[in-house]
Amino acid sequence: MEGIKDRVAIVGMGCVKFGENWGQSLEDMIVDAAWEAFEDAGVGPEDIQAAWWGTLFAGHTGQILAAPLKLAYVPVTHVENACATGSEAIRNAAYAVAAGQYDVVLALGAEKLKDTGYSGLPQTRPVATWSYRLTTQTPAAGFAMMATGYFAKYGLSYDEGKELLAHIAVKNHHNGTLNPKAHFQREITLEQAINAPTIAWPLGLYDCAGVSDGAAAAIIVRADLAKQFRDDPIYVKAAQICQGPREGWLSQKYDLAHVEETWRGGQAAYAEAGVKDPRREISIAEVHDCFSITELTIMEDLQFSPRGRAAEDVRAGAFQIDGDLPVNTDGGLKSFGHPIGATGLRMLYEVYKQLQGKAGPRQVKDPRLGLTHNQGGEPGAATVSVVIAGNELG
Amino acid sequence: MPGITAYGAYIPLHRLSRAEIARAWGGKPAPGERAVASYDEDSLTMAFAAARDCLRGVDRTTVDGVYFASTTAPYKEKQAAATIASVLDLPPEAVTVDFGGSLRCGTNALKAALDAVAAGGADSVLVCAADTRLGYPAGPGELNFGDGAVAVLVGAGDALAQVRHFDSRYYEIQDTWRSDRDTFVRTAEDRFSMDEGYVDVMAHGIAAALEKYGLAAADVAHVALNSPNARQLATIAKKLRFDVQTQVGDVLHAAVGDTGCAASLLSLVAALEQAAAGDTILLACYGNGCDTAVLEATDRVTSVPACRGVRRHIESRRMLRSYEQYLRWRGLLPIQPAPRPPVEERVPSPAAQWREVPWEMRLTGTRCLNCGTPQYPPQRVCIECHHKDEMEPYRFTDVPARVFSYSHDYVMETLDSPVTVTFIDFEGGGRIMCDMTDRDPDDVVVGMPVELSFRRLYFVNGVYNYWWKCQPVRCARPEV
Repeated sequence: MEGIKDRVAIVGMGCVKFGENWGQSLEDMIVDAAWEAFEDAGVGPEDIQAAWWGTLFAGHTGQILAAPLKLAYVPVTHVENACATGSEAIRNAAYAVAAGQYDVVLALGAEKLKDTGYSGLPQTRPVATWSYRLTTQTPAAGFAMMATGYFAKYGLSYDEGKELLAHIAVKNHHNGTLNPKAHFQREITLEQAINAPTIAWPLGLYDCAGVSDGAAAAIIVRADLAKQFRDDPIYVKAAQICQGPREGWLSQKYDLAHVEETWRGGQAAYAEAGVKDPRREISIAEVHDCFSITELTIMEDLQFSPRGRAAEDVRAGAFQIDGDLPVNTDGGLKSFGHPIGATGLRMLYEVYKQLQGKAGPRQVKDPRLGLTHNQGGEPGAATVSVVIAGNELG
Repeated sequence: MPGITAYGAYIPLHRLSRAEIARAWGGKPAPGERAVASYDEDSLTMAFAAARDCLRGVDRTTVDGVYFASTTAPYKEKQAAATIASVLDLPPEAVTVDFGGSLRCGTNALKAALDAVAAGGADSVLVCAADTRLGYPAGPGELNFGDGAVAVLVGAGDALAQVRHFDSRYYEIQDTWRSDRDTFVRTAEDRFSMDEGYVDVMAHGIAAALEKYGLAAADVAHVALNSPNARQLATIAKKLRFDVQTQVGDVLHAAVGDTGCAASLLSLVAALEQAAAGDTILLACYGNGCDTAVLEATDRVTSVPACRGVRRHIESRRMLRSYEQYLRWRGLLPIQPAPRPPVEERVPSPAAQWREVPWEMRLTGTRCLNCGTPQYPPQRVCIECHHKDEMEPYRFTDVPARVFSYSHDYVMETLDSPVTVTFIDFEGGGRIMCDMTDRDPDDVVVGMPVELSFRRLYFVNGVYNYWWKCQPVRCARPEV
């Protein structure tokens, strides 16, 4: 397998402010995200040769994207892979360009969740697969069981575990205050995080990501054409997705203290990008902190921390903006919000801006390689995308 | 006549103290407590639980009939006996019948089973009876009713009690009723119902039976009767010269309540638990008439099986926090809906439910013939060795399991927040995710032993969606 390292580049990106966008329609957010990307790349909708549309809930077929943007009768593909949908749009768009089929394409993801009238996500289980005889829990409980599993495996008491996870929530809330596009822009304290109402024991309110409206977009082009669009294109080094066979839901071998798909997706992406020492080579990571416990285990699965020892790095501040490997500098799902189809593209938006040195008060020093980790499904039955991008060829 | 070859019982874990009911409504607190079906239980699930208790150690392929009795069946049109037979995985040619209509339907079903076996129409008929009757809030029904279920196996040979005689008489009276438009049980004036209904009909029925078979009151070792409350039971006992303590020895009114059509049979099971070989047991049941039976315990009665029965179920109990919790569980108190997707979005597909009866209703997965790994739901390609279509059915319902991980979900809509969700690992392999019921959230820990219980997940569009949950092991025998 050759991989797509340095064969495609990102030359424009857009992202709307995530949040409870009561006054904006889905189409409003699609147009705003696309036009920011168009203007960033110096192109218009007439230049787009094909598009990938990522959404879980906002509608089927590529028409949902083609109509508001008035795309020029080009192929539009609707992709869906649960919460990793946005990254799936990026991967498919990048692969099509790498395959030589197109020179300039658009990947756009969007979700309008707040019109449902309730917190959390709509039902997603298709009628055809199960007759609704299973558990009745929310996704929060699915991830909370990983917290229970992690605490049990590593001998953390409830209080110790809560305190550890609170550090992650506090960090991501702090990063959100530095980001005008984040859903939540408010500092919280360790005490607030620890004492917040329980959502799914042991996880509390601040352990859970926001449910938001939002849209984000990327213009992806052939790498050899990238400098025709801008002086500082960002090159794709790897785009992988790992789909687990639900082994962890069926087999007693799964420890519920890590996500196997994250480990394997990371390995595949590091191999494609030629990364040998992730902790040192990756400059910034945007990871899928749908729940605080997810970010904790991702640090181990992506080899940022030794297995079972992420707590030491979390408590030492290694993943803060001023740490040696800043994670979720834009606030993450926790504070930036999580409009499903847009999230993978939102992660790439932050990596893109950081690698261009345009991240304002969140800017990390001299980044070279950025990573996005975007997860769908639940522990034991997950879909994980890992994308690596850099600001130099080679 | 045939006899009783096995018995079982089911009394739900939760109890509501009558003092707590008085706390809500005022008045002098009545003594004792009543059993309350969990928010996810109904007469079908409880009857199944009693049937399962009865069939511990019984070869299920030998059971060729299921008679289900209840005045509170979940469906007006859809047979509960067929569901119970299916979940028990009984032979498909088993005769299934639902009985209802009066509190006598439990003993009606017993009589029908005895007759069927005596006539050679069946070899072994499982009779199960359950009720979850609702009394008007603040009324005597609410105070005195209790939820529970019972099962007895009727067969020709190897009985633990022979049924010597069985008589039945009807009696038309509007003393206790519930129309097809009623939620709550209605009753006529108390003294009229007692004097002209229960006491008079039972006294005559029992006296006639004793006389017919040449028995004096003192010849009876155990008396198993239903009754609306302890006072009426005492009245009838006195009238017939039965000793309330030694012969009636009722354990149900104080601890469980009047379990409707299950009551006299539960009383019979309680008697069998105490009986010695040769004991004469009188069974009588009132409800638009009176059924009376005379049974004689055999040598087998003292060597009865590992069933949980009445007394161990009575001991296995937890008090409801409040009267309001009872109202909430019974759906009598509307509450603020959770800000979650409406349950209407989860309408089960009848076709999918039908297709999945074997592996969902019976919790039957597969075990790989190549590597031996049990797995659920059933897989065609093995999760472990990846061999295709080399599987045998593997039933998980009675395999011991332990909690591998859990969470308490406070967001999901439920009548008993939080939803406790678990991964459980089975002895010998296999893992499933399921809800845990009848638990105290504070007691749930990784590694705790659990057992599986057949429950109602939710109700939508007229469909009761039944499936399995885990629960802390009930009635655990002390370690030897």
